[in-house]
Amino acid sequence: MIPLPSFSSRFRRTVQLGIRSLWLHRLRSLLTVLGIVFGVCSVIAMLAIGEGASYEAQQQIKNLGSQNILLKSVKPAEEEKVSNRQQNNFALEYGLKQDDIRRIRDTIPGIELVVPARVIRDYVWNITHRVDAEIVGTLPNHPATRNQSVAQGRFFNDLEMDAASPVCVLGHDVALKLFPAEEALGRDVRVGLNYYRVIGIMEPRARSAASEASIDGPAANAALGRLYIPLETARRRFGEILSRRRGGTYEAEKVALHEITVRVSRPETVIAISEVVKDILARHHTRKDYEVVVPLELLRRAERTKQIFNLVLGSIAAISLLVGGIGIMNIMLANVTERTREIGIRRALGARRKDIITQFLVESVLLSGSGGLIGVALGIAIPFAVSALAHMKVIITPWSPIAAFTLSAMVGILFGIYPARRAAALDPVEALRHE
Amino acid sequence: MAASTQPIVLLDKVRKAYRMGEFTVEALRGLDLHIAPGEYLSIMGPSGCGKSTLLNVLGCLDRPTSGRYLLGGDDVSTIPDDDLSSIRGKRLGFVFQSYNLIPQLTVLENIEVPLFYQNTPEDEARTIATELASRVGLGHRLNHRPFELSGGQQQRVAIARALANNPLVLLADEATGNLDSASGREILSLFDDLHSQGKTLIMVTHDLGVGERAARLIRLRDGELESDTRR
Repeated sequence: MIPLPSFSSRFRRTVQLGIRSLWLHRLRSLLTVLGIVFGVCSVIAMLAIGEGASYEAQQQIKNLGSQNILLKSVKPAEEEKVSNRQQNNFALEYGLKQDDIRRIRDTIPGIELVVPARVIRDYVWNITHRVDAEIVGTLPNHPATRNQSVAQGRFFNDLEMDAASPVCVLGHDVALKLFPAEEALGRDVRVGLNYYRVIGIMEPRARSAASEASIDGPAANAALGRLYIPLETARRRFGEILSRRRGGTYEAEKVALHEITVRVSRPETVIAISEVVKDILARHHTRKDYEVVVPLELLRRAERTKQIFNLVLGSIAAISLLVGGIGIMNIMLANVTERTREIGIRRALGARRKDIITQFLVESVLLSGSGGLIGVALGIAIPFAVSALAHMKVIITPWSPIAAFTLSAMVGILFGIYPARRAAALDPVEALRHE
Repeated sequence: MAASTQPIVLLDKVRKAYRMGEFTVEALRGLDLHIAPGEYLSIMGPSGCGKSTLLNVLGCLDRPTSGRYLLGGDDVSTIPDDDLSSIRGKRLGFVFQSYNLIPQLTVLENIEVPLFYQNTPEDEARTIATELASRVGLGHRLNHRPFELSGGQQQRVAIARALANNPLVLLADEATGNLDSASGREILSLFDDLHSQGKTLIMVTHDLGVGERAARLIRLRDGELESDTRR
């Protein structure tokens, strides 16, 4: 019957003794734990970076709306070749049309909203400030489809839509760049030869250039800010044919609608409805001049990718802990051989087998635990450095350092038990005779 | 005073055999030995006579193959290993030829080792160790490491360590074997002091000069008692 306070004091002294024995061979101890340090550190760091990247991707997809199906006009590949070779002067006609909207709305039940948009790339001016932006001509209910809301002012309404009023709502970034110091609301911005009154500013949203571009496809350039105007206004101001000069060539295209956002009323029907939408479009488009993006599908795919990533990381962690554990076992065996005489002395002075086991087990757990601790510290520091230097989002999930540390301590027990038992099994007489 | 007449060490037909390949070597062949409390005994004999084996059995480091060994009235020849460990810790004190101090520990910590395994509270252990260190004349070297001490000093630390749990019997194995004669005499006079304080001492030696300091001298030959003389 050992009273508890004396037991804990005894354990504390065993730990102190262990620290001292390990400190006696500082370099050796350090080299032994390096395997665990690097394993734990790299797993935590990679997990944090991966988690951050996948969070950003998922956020982007969620911004697109999980109840949405996005239809985009895409310039067919073969047409592009033709237009480049001939430097033709006629306008290339492709993409989604008003008819597509009608067909979708008429044939498919369970659709809440269908919102078209024209996207025109142009400069937006505020006297001397200039911003390269996407001018989005759309319907008043556009923000609802993207779960976006207006931070300041308001979005344009049906009245302004019907009247083709010269009003605009600025994206957060655009507003910041055009009006760095002043109030943007109520001011006018110029696009081409036309002026638009700013009636609202959208709320900012998290976006990363890389992930959004890959999701929206080449048609949308996500790095650009957006400026929203009524669809009717866009139609009148910009006309049906959009032209641009690029590298000496003149290009003209006739695209009725650049984007159509289809919002279904029940989220679980998104995938099924998207299949029907694809069928309808395929029937009426002779060329593949559109693409269908289902954010929910992307989300599921991103989640699956993340699961695989985590699985790979988990295996790396397991392997590195295994290797680290073998290193610890190796050094502990050497340690036991080296200290055979000490073991003999301790046994002669009254140490039981379990006292010897405890002593060596404490040492191996100290080794692996401190390795785990250093690894956790580095593994937390590295993502912070990465996010500071590379401006990447990192997320350290709280369970990852805890799990990494616990596992590395357990590795100490697992790989320390054999050397410790070997130490305890030594015959005291033999051990005392050992040189 | 019935307790004093009862032997502190009682060996009853103790045999110890070692298996070496296909041969069996009998190191002890039915030894009977009674040692009374407070006795000062030395064991002598040529090498291979079984001195070390006897000491290992007496020190509970090894169990006899047959026969009984009563230490302080309890049969310790068949008890489990853990109990044997605590018997070693509580009732026996060892002094080795090569001192056997733990190199990474200080003088004080070395003396505290047996106390640690008997769960003596830390502050109490410190008091006992400090007191013992000054008793063997090392009160000024408490925080030195063994390699900073002379052989004689190291052996005195070992004696202090052996006394830490106030054992029934002190076992010394060639305690002066590695020492120069001056240091050896110091150690022996320390033993004399302990004996005069009532400690039971058993000393293994091959040096007649050392052996004859003891009140009782036992000679072993081929695992059997050759002579048992008292002065």
